Amino acid sequence: MPDMAEPRKSSSTYGRDDDPLTYFFKTLIDHEVTVELKNDIQIRGTLKSVDQYLNIKLDDIQVVEELKYPHLSSVKNVFIRGSVVRYVHLPAAAVDVPLLEDATRREAANQAGKGK
Amino acid sequence: MADAEEGPTGSVSEPLDLVRLLLDEVVFVKLRGDRELKGRLYAYDSHMNLVLGDVVETIYLIDEDDEDEDIKTTTKKVGNVICPR
Repeated sequence: MPDMAEPRKSSSTYGRDDDPLTYFFKTLIDHEVTVELKNDIQIRGTLKSVDQYLNIKLDDIQVVEELKYPHLSSVKNVFIRGSVVRYVHLPAAAVDVPLLEDATRREAANQAGKGK
Repeated sequence: MADAEEGPTGSVSEPLDLVRLLLDEVVFVKLRGDRELKGRLYAYDSHMNLVLGDVVETIYLIDEDDEDEDIKTTTKKVGNVICPR
């Protein structure tokens, strides 16, 4: 049974996805994050899913400054198109810094290898 | 494996290689919309998505009420951030 949620395109080296950042994002699933959109709305919620475009699914959301942005007050779960995201604020405890930096170096080397 | 003989830091042959040398350094990023970030670079990718730590964001705004059109800045500490493209 192929898993619909996670298309496998695993290539040579790192992890399950082509993109280490997507992979890193998936390690944050079930953590609480705050997504700041390009229209300045900030939505806090539990990260449920991420894909290669950094589209995001959040559960149990809560809008920061709800009085200013009341339109979403009755919404529980959202899908956010990756292109409208400005920032994702992460819980510091969930970020493995050496792992991230190593993965980035590896990907950089990988990219350089492809270019030649 | 193309640059095996170039040593641990690798070659600097394309623009993103310069960014690679900044990993784990405090970087200053100018964004669209008169925003600037200062923070430690944890990760980036070929799209220039960035992961930064201990970030301070500065937004430059023009105060509409003020006739001299003073440039105001708001600065806030925002912690760890991924900023896509």
